[in-house]
Amino acid sequence: MFYREAGDFKTSYVDDSQTFPIRFDRWRYYAILAVAFGAAPLLINDYWANAVFVPFLIYAIAAIGLNILTGYCGQVSLGTGGFMAVGAYACYKLMTAFPEVSILIHVLLAGGITAGVGVLFGLPSLRIKGFYLAVATLAAQFFLVWLFNKVPWFYNYSASGQISAPERTILGHAVTGANTTASAKYFFCLVILFALAWLARNLTRGTVGRKWMAIRDMDIAAEIIGVNPLTTKLSAFAISSFYIGVAGALFFAVYLGAAEVGEAFGIQKSFLILFMIIIGGLGSIFGSFAGAAFMVLLPVLLKNVLVGQLGWATDLAAHVELMIVGALIVIFLIAEPHGLNQLWRLAKEKLRLWPFPH
Amino acid sequence: MRKTMTALALAMATATPAMAELVVPNLSYRTGPFAAGGIPYADGFNDYFTLLNERDGGIGGEKVATPECETAYNTEKGVECYEATKGSGALVYNPLSTGITYQLIPKVTADNIPLYTPGYGRTSAANGKVFSNVFNYPANYWDAASVAIKYLLDENGGDLEGKKIALVYHNSAYGKEPIPTLSALAAKHGFELVEIPVDSPGQEQKSQWLQIRRDKPDYVLMWGWGVMNAVAIQEAANIRFPMENFIGVWWSGSENDVLPAGDGANGYKSLAMHGTGMDYPVYADLKQYVYDAGKSSGAGDQVGSVLYSRGMYAALVISEAIRKAQELSGHAAINAAELRDGFEALEITEARMAELGLPNFGQPFASSCEDHGGPGAAMIQQWDASAKTWSLITGFIAPDDEVLTPLVMGDSAAFAAENNIAERCN
Repeated sequence: MFYREAGDFKTSYVDDSQTFPIRFDRWRYYAILAVAFGAAPLLINDYWANAVFVPFLIYAIAAIGLNILTGYCGQVSLGTGGFMAVGAYACYKLMTAFPEVSILIHVLLAGGITAGVGVLFGLPSLRIKGFYLAVATLAAQFFLVWLFNKVPWFYNYSASGQISAPERTILGHAVTGANTTASAKYFFCLVILFALAWLARNLTRGTVGRKWMAIRDMDIAAEIIGVNPLTTKLSAFAISSFYIGVAGALFFAVYLGAAEVGEAFGIQKSFLILFMIIIGGLGSIFGSFAGAAFMVLLPVLLKNVLVGQLGWATDLAAHVELMIVGALIVIFLIAEPHGLNQLWRLAKEKLRLWPFPH
Repeated sequence: MRKTMTALALAMATATPAMAELVVPNLSYRTGPFAAGGIPYADGFNDYFTLLNERDGGIGGEKVATPECETAYNTEKGVECYEATKGSGALVYNPLSTGITYQLIPKVTADNIPLYTPGYGRTSAANGKVFSNVFNYPANYWDAASVAIKYLLDENGGDLEGKKIALVYHNSAYGKEPIPTLSALAAKHGFELVEIPVDSPGQEQKSQWLQIRRDKPDYVLMWGWGVMNAVAIQEAANIRFPMENFIGVWWSGSENDVLPAGDGANGYKSLAMHGTGMDYPVYADLKQYVYDAGKSSGAGDQVGSVLYSRGMYAALVISEAIRKAQELSGHAAINAAELRDGFEALEITEARMAELGLPNFGQPFASSCEDHGGPGAAMIQQWDASAKTWSLITGFIAPDDEVLTPLVMGDSAAFAAENNIAERCN
């Protein structure tokens, strides 16, 4: 009815190559942005921010980051948790060493430092591929966690090895620390996510992204047509790690407020984010969002329904929740191995033909 | 995704928490690798409040509700639980996790809700001048470290010179807490401290115990929790480490930790900050009003165990603080800020403990604006594998405040400086 190309005339190349070529899609996108930026910050409360939206936004950044590396460039990584820890500890060291500098700059610098570390651990990707590379990044995961546990300088010699985010403000509004309002937290993460997602979408449509995809699809062929594997793979590692580092910094500073590396950034985190992109869809920005939403929101929803609505015992609910989430992952992947993004794409295809399918 | 969101919105909008007059959320964990410790603690905690509700009609005429929220010992879920229960008028938090405690310290301070962390959490919170809303009496980790060393000094005629003491610890904030104290004590008494971390959850400790076999420390101290305890005790038995030289903190001294190793665990020692077992008058009331009335929390099979007793003790202190707050404010339906004042003015004497049906169970203590930490004494208990019971082998041993006070002051001052906190109580 509304969802079709017919009548939506493009008169320039710019129009032709836009992200959302269908008018309905475009308006839907603007409407979501308007609600996310305009309405949500006014309505949000502590519970919604801390339990639902802030983790969703931060995991979405991390998922986009990993999707760049694994989904677009084809380099499997199990080091996401470790790279998030780099972002978190870099942010902590910067925050405590330079308290007068804006937290936004610290978060971006933390991303930059993680990019450097990511490139370092990306070097083996020039020699090894697939599962072997996954094992090399797994080593990064364990090494980084060990490092942040072992060297007291990283946690400013605190007695317990915990890092805690002191209060930092932007334009007079606290964005880290305990006095942060729900909307400030939400808005800060949303702005960063929006900027990074927009950047990622455009990177993946341009030369850089096409090179990544060429390497992913067949690296030897890509090399023959002139794609340099060194710069391509390392740029994927750098940019992906930048995103993951920013996510780690936000995760620690804005969301948790205090973290310890083994618990917050352990191997489970790497798997969680890998599951997000597998369920959401490899090689898709929308998939990163959908996967993050699925993995973050579903457990919270189930918990609220089972304990809050049905009044089940908390332990029973926790076990059933694991079973339901696990079963849904299996069912989703059997029904659609390419993830939620593919389901969404098929739905759109059907909508275009509706109500007159061939 | 939008469907999920809509459903979530619906679920949230219609989720109405059971509104009682006094809400004491129980951030428990009955799942995951630490459930063996979380279940008895949560049961003891709930049962004591059930007893107060059933026998006395609540506290000062107000019923107490203890809505549970499952954290699985995970800090992210802990944050979610805190936010989910905060709005229901929560009076106090007791998360039974040092990691979650660290998360909550700034949050409860901003929201002016008290946080009660008996025997765990951030040790330097004992300094009430910096940590206004956190209370960790009657004892904390650094007290525990000091008491363990004092006990060893007694065993060795007051001299630990040249001895080697290994610390096997959960590689997290919890396990690392005693290291500064033990290092300071090592310098004072001239023993060598060997730090042996075990990564969470600690199901695999072969290499750590091989290291102990090679290094041959005179004593092993353990800061473990959950599944790690049982594995460590089993491994110690496997390398035939003399069990009487193996001392766990009070979180490594429950029945669940020693039973799996069978006879091998005989002689294992641990600290104890309260008595255990069912030889207390309060159990007659618990049996009448709670167990026989079918109102036990959980499966009801944890009654009288060490951690059940500890959960009950935490509930007892909270209920006494509520009473104190009601007395101070002059009304029964107190709020969190009034309860905080109650915690700060709380005094529990031996006479009061006897009145509550728990004579000689815990140490008497009194809180003040400066002191949120209590006296910090602890006893040593030893496991008898044939009788399957813990027996106390010492009385309360006081910690070495000469070493601890400067450490507490130093750590809290660093926290105050990092977070721009002005000292109170001046």
